Amino acid sequence: MIYNNPFSILSETIPSIAMQSFLILMIAFVIIGTLVDIIHKKNVKYFFENAKKAKLSATRELGVGEKTSVIAKTVVYDIGTTSELGAGKRRVAHLLGMYGTILFWISSAVMIFCYSSTTSNTPSAWPIIWHVGAIMTILGGSWFWFFLRVDVYSEAQPWYRIIKADLFVLALITTSLFGLVWSYLQYLNLNERWDDKVFLVLYIVSNLVLFGGVYWSKFAHMFYKPGAAIQKNLAEADGSRDNLPPEADAPEQFGLGIKREPPKHY
Amino acid sequence: MSTFVYMTRCDGCGHCVDICPSDIMHIDETIRRAKNIEPNFCWECYSCVKACPNHAIDVRGYADFAPMGHSVRVRREEEKGTISWKIKFRNGTVKDFVSPITTKPWGKFIPKLAEGDKPNQGEIKSQILYSEPQGLNIDGDLPTVSKDSFKKGVYY
Repeated sequence: MIYNNPFSILSETIPSIAMQSFLILMIAFVIIGTLVDIIHKKNVKYFFENAKKAKLSATRELGVGEKTSVIAKTVVYDIGTTSELGAGKRRVAHLLGMYGTILFWISSAVMIFCYSSTTSNTPSAWPIIWHVGAIMTILGGSWFWFFLRVDVYSEAQPWYRIIKADLFVLALITTSLFGLVWSYLQYLNLNERWDDKVFLVLYIVSNLVLFGGVYWSKFAHMFYKPGAAIQKNLAEADGSRDNLPPEADAPEQFGLGIKREPPKHY
Repeated sequence: MSTFVYMTRCDGCGHCVDICPSDIMHIDETIRRAKNIEPNFCWECYSCVKACPNHAIDVRGYADFAPMGHSVRVRREEEKGTISWKIKFRNGTVKDFVSPITTKPWGKFIPKLAEGDKPNQGEIKSQILYSEPQGLNIDGDLPTVSKDSFKKGVYY
């Protein structure tokens, strides 16, 4: 199963152009949903106004080279390793989900656009990436949803309480899960049986919810968070630091630091 | 004054929810980030501001005595045992302070809550805070005030 391109098998019943159109529609959903979100919340406008105001208290001007270096470091470390989550389970779960999703989406796009005809010969790497990406997303997403959600972990809400903020993570998990099950059933070659068709429909519906629900879900944090991380590090570099004090030059007499406990004292 | 959260900075770790003595820092149901659900009840204790690992919480001064331009921000570096403050006055004066963290370890003067009994949902949803009413050194339940005694038109 893991070596089979599910979209190539699907092209026997659904033309490639339909799959490609669906993918383009999903991209359009993301762009439209994010733009409407930005217009409605005015968050980007506030963000840039705040950044402009913070720049007034900058103590030094950053050159193009320095800015590029700060941005590159932010992309590699802060964004690439989601450093803001600190060390711990939340970061591992987020990294699993994040890279799983990226692999799943990229391999989906490549297989749909390049290898989705009955005659195409898909390099085995792409189906492997697609399946591994889906498994990583399910593992990371489920770990987060069942055990690490802050409203459950720190607020003592019951685990079965579903709120609007779950729309994104649940849609992400179900998309990967239904995709995997559909791929497996299709691989079994059950001929005219209904199983794989049902899961194909569920896979399509969960994709529609995931990408069509951008305005209502947390989807757009994927774009906001990297922007905020870059602004934060640029503000540290130019000395404005969002009005925060500089890092302390710790005198020795202050003694040892303290160890923070996990936020679970409800 | 009351706290507010910079949503792009918050990562929903729950430290402010955990530490707020007034139990007003909660998690937003739409974006799963922290928010102050009742600014009127904020004690201005700065516990959440200091506890936030991402410096996502700030305190907003009332407009009558703290016009725009002032700022009081804090950086708590646990591994160094330091807490730094930057006070920015509205006339542009800036003062920086560094002090040692004086927080005592859990269990020394602060009860080891994590090792205690897990509260049930009824206790969690109750208006009564941890150790109330016995922690208030009163006999019986919390005192109540009859709504009839309120000055009309002011409260309700």
